[in-house]
Amino acid sequence: MAQIKGVDVSVGYEKRIVAGNINFEINEGDYLYIVGENGSGKSTLMKCILGLEKVVGGSIVYGDNLKQKEIGYLPQQTFIQRDFPATVYEIVLSGCLNGLGWRPFFGKKEKNMAMEAMRKLEITDLAKRSYPELSGGQQQRVLLARALCATGKALLLDEPVAGLDPYAQEQLYTLIYKINKEEKITIIMVSHDIEAAKKYATHILHIGKEKCVFCTKHEFIKENGGCLF
Amino acid sequence: MSVLTVLMEYLSRSMVRNALIVGTLIALCASLLGTTIVLKRLSFIGDGLSHVAFGALCIATVLSITDKMILVLPITILVAIILMGSNDKKKIKGDAAIAMLSVGALAFGYLLLNIVPNKRTANLSGDVCSTLFGSMSILTLSTSDVILCIVLSLVVVAFFVIFYHRIFSVTFDESFASATGIRCNLYKILLSIIIAVVIVLSMQLVGSLLISALIVFPVLSTERIFKSFLSVVIASGIVGVFCAVSGIIASIILSTPIGATVVCINVIVFAVFVIIGKFFVKH
Repeated sequence: MAQIKGVDVSVGYEKRIVAGNINFEINEGDYLYIVGENGSGKSTLMKCILGLEKVVGGSIVYGDNLKQKEIGYLPQQTFIQRDFPATVYEIVLSGCLNGLGWRPFFGKKEKNMAMEAMRKLEITDLAKRSYPELSGGQQQRVLLARALCATGKALLLDEPVAGLDPYAQEQLYTLIYKINKEEKITIIMVSHDIEAAKKYATHILHIGKEKCVFCTKHEFIKENGGCLF
Repeated sequence: MSVLTVLMEYLSRSMVRNALIVGTLIALCASLLGTTIVLKRLSFIGDGLSHVAFGALCIATVLSITDKMILVLPITILVAIILMGSNDKKKIKGDAAIAMLSVGALAFGYLLLNIVPNKRTANLSGDVCSTLFGSMSILTLSTSDVILCIVLSLVVVAFFVIFYHRIFSVTFDESFASATGIRCNLYKILLSIIIAVVIVLSMQLVGSLLISALIVFPVLSTERIFKSFLSVVIASGIVGVFCAVSGIIASIILSTPIGATVVCINVIVFAVFVIIGKFFVKH
């Protein structure tokens, strides 16, 4: 069974439907790009997958031992975080929180998990640094490490490279690709970057005003040369 | 007589000791909560809530309720929950909602006291002034007041310690926290209740107008120097307590108003921390 399956999903605000007829199926180890214009509803769809908002119609089903709350999430930066006094280690460790249950404090297991996540994202040497002092690319890697602590199965990334310089973008893409390949972690990415989608994705979900299309990358390139529908 | 002997003489009186205990505990709770309030950009919530508490106090006075807390506490808690719950989706944004409630409650309360005939209206401006700027009532605390304050402070500190990691997560990134299954709304409601309780308590110390100082100054000061959340939390607690103790002692020796003195010391400490942060802390 698929990890996440959307059947006739429509998303929107209150009763107004922004995008409808969305069908998709995500399996373990897939790398899905959700693309579409601003305001097309792709961010809302993402929030529905995470359970932060409710779908207006249809349903999203979770299977293959994946629970909704086990999806790691890399949100866009908020203005609160820009000068938040916290160290990299504190932030990464906070990703382990959903595994704590009723325990109030972190144990050895969570601390090791945080160290491991920092190693994977090559930020171990930044552990004691203060988050606001880091560069944009470093900050994204910190938040990615935190998301990794919250999941062993699927990551959902909301425009992770927005505002980064080309070098940092490439570095982040490579790291995400590595996590996808080596850890078999499903990646769902909301993005504008069609070129990157053609390079890394296995599947593409295009949210459009007229219709929403879900296909593999090869179908996507074959049918229209990789242009938007 | 040297300053020290004067001080020793004052400290031998139980009312001064009580004032110090209560002042210290209130300052500790306010500065701990301040870390999450300030970092979540809700600094004015203290101000807003204390004005709401003032409005509620006026209603209680007009209704001649003996134990005013029965009315003041629930109203303040309710407003706190509403204000903390507001997010980007609401029509009226957090800061505007706080501003509206704050002045609205203040005006409503004062108006009510003025138009409703009451035996207390004899000294209206004196009463209002002491509620707004704090009164000497901290020097006339009963033993039960002190015990209540100690118990409530223990609850606040225990809450903060036990839920420390959850508070961090909810403060730093609410959407990540709720996406990964942390019950943000539960913690926000618990925090709101505690904030309301601390504010109603601290009205006795500094009055409604100056309450924000106890909440925002310690964390803003320590943020200049400390870079991890844990160190900011601990240092804020220490700074808050230091300012309260030295402020109360100074006000007793110099016979100045307690609330204003404590706040001024907070301002001075902030200035010192800014200077240290600028010249002595490497970034």
